[in-house]
Amino acid sequence: MATTATPDQVETKVFDAIASFGPDRSEVTREATLESLDIDSLDLAELSQIIEEEYGVSLKGSDVAEIKTVGDAVDLVVSRAA
Amino acid sequence: MGVGVSATAAQGAAFGGSVATDQGCAFVTGASRGIGAAVADALGRAGWPVAVNYARDESGARDTVSAVEDAGGRALAVQADVSDSAATEEALARAEDRFGPVLVLVNNAGVRADGLLLNLPDEDWARVLEVNLTAAFRLTRRALRQMIRARFGRVINVASVVGPRANAGQANYAAAKAGLIGLTRTTAVEVARRGVTVNAVAPGFVATSMTEDVPEDVLGSIPARRPGSPDDVAACVRFLASDEASYVTGTTLYVDGGMSA
Repeated sequence: MATTATPDQVETKVFDAIASFGPDRSEVTREATLESLDIDSLDLAELSQIIEEEYGVSLKGSDVAEIKTVGDAVDLVVSRAA
Repeated sequence: MGVGVSATAAQGAAFGGSVATDQGCAFVTGASRGIGAAVADALGRAGWPVAVNYARDESGARDTVSAVEDAGGRALAVQADVSDSAATEEALARAEDRFGPVLVLVNNAGVRADGLLLNLPDEDWARVLEVNLTAAFRLTRRALRQMIRARFGRVINVASVVGPRANAGQANYAAAKAGLIGLTRTTAVEVARRGVTVNAVAPGFVATSMTEDVPEDVLGSIPARRPGSPDDVAACVRFLASDEASYVTGTTLYVDGGMSA
């Protein structure tokens, strides 16, 4: 179900999703790199799926490849959902 | 939408079942007869609601549904030629509307179009690859989305002893089935840490309408000296779908009376 959301809501959703893949929630910050959190391609595929279901934003492989930090992921979703 | 699988099921927790049977369903392609019908029946008895896919044999699919229901299970016939991606998506949606997410996918639908490679028309090559391999890829890609969110899933591909070994006159079928085993192995390692297993079964000579034109002298090449039955294959699929098989992934289980030994 696609919904509109504020940037803060998107950030919370992305943080929660990434934490569900393994890292401790306290380690998930905007500055944290996906590599440091041990987030891999399967995790990113699932994150894309969650984002699509939640906000109706479809992220392509080339989009996802540009994501280096958690903040990059949040900003990408916010820009597409606007 | 998360699907999280709880550990509360009762019926499916018996041998051959799964605690996930109250969280979703099984989708069996080509389930109007033969191995697919036996698999649907076995999974229904293991507690799974079953979507009985068929392409043309509506009467056969109804019989499969009745067999599951007579045994106390739940089933729904869903028509789709699996080579038609739009129709298959509709069938999946119907199954999900009725029973919830597809947590067990059995890619069983298959066709043959035999002929020596020298004479094999492009359309016979394409049709066999489309139904036996490409459709399994599409269905798996679609079903995995729910499975990885549920942290549970079972994909079981019905391959064949033909593929790993030669069988003159079946280059298209062999290529498709060998491809299915390759698909199985690689998909398995991609999703293993989400609690999703991907395995294949490889039947040998199984007595079904699909093999009724095979000469009887083939029995001499089977160490068990008998053809397999659809139930022999279905029992292995039921095991691979069960909680007991949670650490089995990326493998091919031969069900062939020793032909490949």
